Amino acid sequence: MLLNIKNLHVSIDGKEIIKGLNFSVNQGEVHAIMGPNGTGKSTLAAAITGREGYEITQGEIIYKGQVINNWSPDKRANEGVFLSFQYPIEIPGVSMTNFMRTAINAKREYLGKTPISAKEFLKKMEANKKLVQIQSKLTNRSVNEGFSGGEKKKNEIFQMAMLEPKLAILDETDSGLDIDALRIVANGVNQLKSEENAFVVITHYQRLLDYIVPDFVHVMYDGRIVKSGGKKLALELEEKGYEWIKEQFEA
Amino acid sequence: MSDKKKDNHVLEEVTTGEYKYGFVTKIETDQAPKGLTEDTIRFISKKKNEPDWLLQFRLKAFRHWLTLEEPDWALLHHPPINYQDIIYYSAPKPKKELESLDEVDPELLDTFSKLGISLEEQKRLSGVAVDAVMDSVSVKTTFQETLAKHDIIFCSISEAVKNHPDLVKKYLGTVVPYTDNYFAALNSAVFSDGSFCYIPKGVRCPIELSTYFRINAANTGQFERTLLIADEGGYVSYLEGCTAPMRDENQLHAAIVEIITHDNAEIKYSTVQNWYPGDKEGKGGIYNFVTKRGLCKGRNSKISWTQVETGSAITWKYPSCVLLGDNSVGEFYSVAVTNNYQQADTGTKMIHLGKNTKSTIISKGISAGKSNNSYRGLVRVSKKADNARNYSQCDSLLLGNQCGAHTFPYIKTENETAIVEHEATTSKISDDQLFYCQQRGIDMEKAIGLIVNGYAKQVLNKLPMEFAVEAQKLLAITLEGSVG
Amino acid sequence: MKENVAMEKEEKKIYSPSEEKFIRHFSDNFDEISRHDFPEAKRMRQQAMETFRQSGFPDKTFERWRNTDPKGIFPKNMEIFDAEVPYEKKLSEIFVCEVHDFESRIISVLNGSYYQAGEEKITIDKNGVIVGSLAKAMQKYPQLVKKHLGRIMPQQDGFKNINTALAVDGVFIYVPDNIKVENTFQIINILNKPNLAVNIRNLVILGKNSHLQLLHCDDSVNRHGGLINKVNEVFLDENAELELYKLQNLNDKTTLLNQTAIDQSANSRLKINAFSLNGGMIRNEIFDLMNGENAWSDIHGLYLMDQKQHIDNQVNVFHNKPGCTSNQLFKGILDNEASGVFNGYIYVKRYAQQTNAFQKNSNILLTKTARIDTMPHLEIYADDVKCSHGASVGQLDEEAMFYLMQRGIPFTDARMLIMYAFTDVIIKEISIEPLRISIEDMVKRRLRGDLSICDRCVLHCSHPDQPVIFDIDMNKI
Repeated sequence: MLLNIKNLHVSIDGKEIIKGLNFSVNQGEVHAIMGPNGTGKSTLAAAITGREGYEITQGEIIYKGQVINNWSPDKRANEGVFLSFQYPIEIPGVSMTNFMRTAINAKREYLGKTPISAKEFLKKMEANKKLVQIQSKLTNRSVNEGFSGGEKKKNEIFQMAMLEPKLAILDETDSGLDIDALRIVANGVNQLKSEENAFVVITHYQRLLDYIVPDFVHVMYDGRIVKSGGKKLALELEEKGYEWIKEQFEA
Repeated sequence: MSDKKKDNHVLEEVTTGEYKYGFVTKIETDQAPKGLTEDTIRFISKKKNEPDWLLQFRLKAFRHWLTLEEPDWALLHHPPINYQDIIYYSAPKPKKELESLDEVDPELLDTFSKLGISLEEQKRLSGVAVDAVMDSVSVKTTFQETLAKHDIIFCSISEAVKNHPDLVKKYLGTVVPYTDNYFAALNSAVFSDGSFCYIPKGVRCPIELSTYFRINAANTGQFERTLLIADEGGYVSYLEGCTAPMRDENQLHAAIVEIITHDNAEIKYSTVQNWYPGDKEGKGGIYNFVTKRGLCKGRNSKISWTQVETGSAITWKYPSCVLLGDNSVGEFYSVAVTNNYQQADTGTKMIHLGKNTKSTIISKGISAGKSNNSYRGLVRVSKKADNARNYSQCDSLLLGNQCGAHTFPYIKTENETAIVEHEATTSKISDDQLFYCQQRGIDMEKAIGLIVNGYAKQVLNKLPMEFAVEAQKLLAITLEGSVG
Repeated sequence: MKENVAMEKEEKKIYSPSEEKFIRHFSDNFDEISRHDFPEAKRMRQQAMETFRQSGFPDKTFERWRNTDPKGIFPKNMEIFDAEVPYEKKLSEIFVCEVHDFESRIISVLNGSYYQAGEEKITIDKNGVIVGSLAKAMQKYPQLVKKHLGRIMPQQDGFKNINTALAVDGVFIYVPDNIKVENTFQIINILNKPNLAVNIRNLVILGKNSHLQLLHCDDSVNRHGGLINKVNEVFLDENAELELYKLQNLNDKTTLLNQTAIDQSANSRLKINAFSLNGGMIRNEIFDLMNGENAWSDIHGLYLMDQKQHIDNQVNVFHNKPGCTSNQLFKGILDNEASGVFNGYIYVKRYAQQTNAFQKNSNILLTKTARIDTMPHLEIYADDVKCSHGASVGQLDEEAMFYLMQRGIPFTDARMLIMYAFTDVIIKEISIEPLRISIEDMVKRRLRGDLSICDRCVLHCSHPDQPVIFDIDMNKI
């Protein structure tokens, strides 16, 4: 099992957001997590990636057989956990090229490898830019600075391709995307999918799942996964709306 | 009244509005002789039958005051004040001890109804408890019974000295010591009356408390002193309004307000200040030198200042919060309008001492005529105040090219976990905005009134309903004739 | 102003030891000090000393000095130094400054004295540009100097008075009308003897439609303490343009008082970029006097302080005429027990309509013991203006930190990147590319903390008693 979450409780500023969540992912699988706003989807992503301020009060996150509750975010990243941010941050003055090289070399150092050669790095950059159809020369652009919403999301997938994660979490990657950008992003994900890695796709809408076909769909409500099923569940949700879930669980 | 008529009425008020509170009430007063010596202080203290500890408090303050010099750091200009030419005690002569509102001098009641504050009205309709301070003496506090039911003490500070000496002794001068500044020392020496309020543990005051201040007699200074305490979990919203008659000479107002909140307590203090601002040539008007400070003593306590400053020839006033208790919150919302020759130097201090303390400052300055309007504020984060947060926004609006708008923020940070943000803009009403309004048939004066009110909305919204309406009207009246 | 009030209040009768020292030095050496003077300059000195006798040095009760204690800035065993420094060895034997692809005309000042081989010490180029010693300029071009010297500095205080009374030399630059100077001029100011107190006066005059790029470096070549009290007077005639880069990289024992006044005529453009990377105490006082319509100024600063260093930036912009635009942007990172002061001041005079004035100061505190006092002030007397100011104090952006760490970048590296990103806005304003790259490198090295004193000058100066370190892993940044 790649990821195994047992009875997870997460609090922010003393307020419990995730209230006993169980969730597991195997290599080669694509999971979709759906649910209304404010049910803890992004909190789950933050907890898995180790964001500060998200306190795990109970339960365990087990990744590749190890409890990672106390690992720093960079250690998790270097072990292959990648998060595509809902709102990618802008970092003025740090060029994309330098940023990516720093990230790749940090991982290589972590794995005891020598730094990547300039030639190899550039080759990799070019290849992955094509994957998500980024035209601009990233050398001159600072991380996400002045990127449009669509460009930012493409840039997230580009970085994912560069860093070759084992477990990729896509947090509302479809929000703010027009249909063309959505297709490009999904296409990128599909090409990166393999038997070795796994994807967790957090989304509100079934739309993205037309392009990234999940093996499992989970519905989150009030800090827990309340329903799991196959792809059909997403369609059912789309049709009946989240009220259907609320009614079931508030009764 | 039809809408159109109402509009015309407002417009008329705007265009013809001289200072409408500028009447003199003919009431016999009991005055101290002019000038300030230890004898004056003994006179005041004796008049009020004060205990000896209070006389000693006054004398200590007076002796300290003698060693001080008037501060000159504010951006204010005025001829030197002759402190020996002021009457330090002036009280409406009581015919006898008042038992009920009916016994209040009818002239005085008339005064308050001219002010738009009929005590009777207030009492019956709005459920606001009113303490009215005429010149320096509290004349009547309404609504005593309702308050008594909740064990809330709301009375004049003189009564409090008589009936609740322990409370007064415990808190008086603890937030604003007499050594604090020149005017605080002066007030501590000569204060004649003011309001006192104590909210006991766990009590949320069901009505809004209110004090109206009025300077009536000539050559008189007003030196009132307000002390508010909310014990653990207590809450009160307190309103203060002020007016004075039109007189050619300048009159001095040097008040102190002290607020203390214990654990989980909250006090909201709102002021609509409309002292006589002087005439169009800058003659006369009140010198308003006020020290207002709140101490968030307890954890999770909160003090919120809201002020609408439209009056006074000179305003020197910095309602502040000392955030001592962990997680305590301080707020300051201010609209200051100056016109003609008015000068205002006002703002706040937020002193972060406890952990996780938060403060917000929203200040809107509007200058017109030949006036000068300054925001001056301090945000200080001390070494121990981990995770302190401050957000300040100080905007100025200039109407006309003879006035000034100034912003003097001071930010002192000694803790790396602090996040302090200050933003400010200075601008005039854009011609585009005015044209847009005019194109829709709104005349210039009205358009300005509209835009100014919109500009001040963020602060006006913090005022209790009745006050907000009054404040909006005041803004319009103050700006009358400012359009060139 | 408080300053004036304090001056008028009473005649000072008791002097501090350092005040006494300066007063005595003046009366003992007046003939020597005024040896180059024309009569007006002599009178100026005497007047300045007279004012100093009355008011002395400012203290913490002065509004402008409330957060910087002037007491501690005099070196122990201070030697007031105003003698001419004889030319003994080549400049390059004292310090070498060069950067690849960067051609600059080096103008050096050593221990307060214009330092150059030969007798002349002042040259006039074919195009009429004059560069040289101010002392020499007073003799050779008295009319030109007379017209400008001591005319514009507002808010005189003890330090400026002492400078006027005692400064003997400094740099004089004159660019005639319509001349665009191609080379960058580079003033390098060095102290190489212990405990000196030097007063330097620089005068820069730009004629109509002229253009000059000027780099002004203050460097230490050893670890001795000292006091540099500098007054710079700059004149920009109509449509002139000056790009002024200040680079301050001094040791922890040196105090630098850098007081600059700029007179801007109509349509002139001023660009200042001040980089304070090191120094025991640095105080930059800038007075930008917009005395002509439609003048423009960008005044930017970056300060990176650690240990017990103190930086004080006082930026005063006076919008005296309509239609002018000014931008102030100062950013700083304070580590260890370092302290910083920013006092930004925008003054818009009555009838200075169509003014645009902006001011922003952002700070990052890295430790509990670092501190910052920031005062972005506005005083505005005209209504048709767009003015804004802002100040912030905070830590490194947590969101950005997480983003970087999520990409596998370790905490310390992520922190460095974010700090670098914070400084970038200022650095990218440098229009001379080789200079920008050099300063960028310096900032990077500074952020890595391997540079608590300039081991090489930013422009690859050699350092006499320290080996040059080259092993900078640029991949880290």
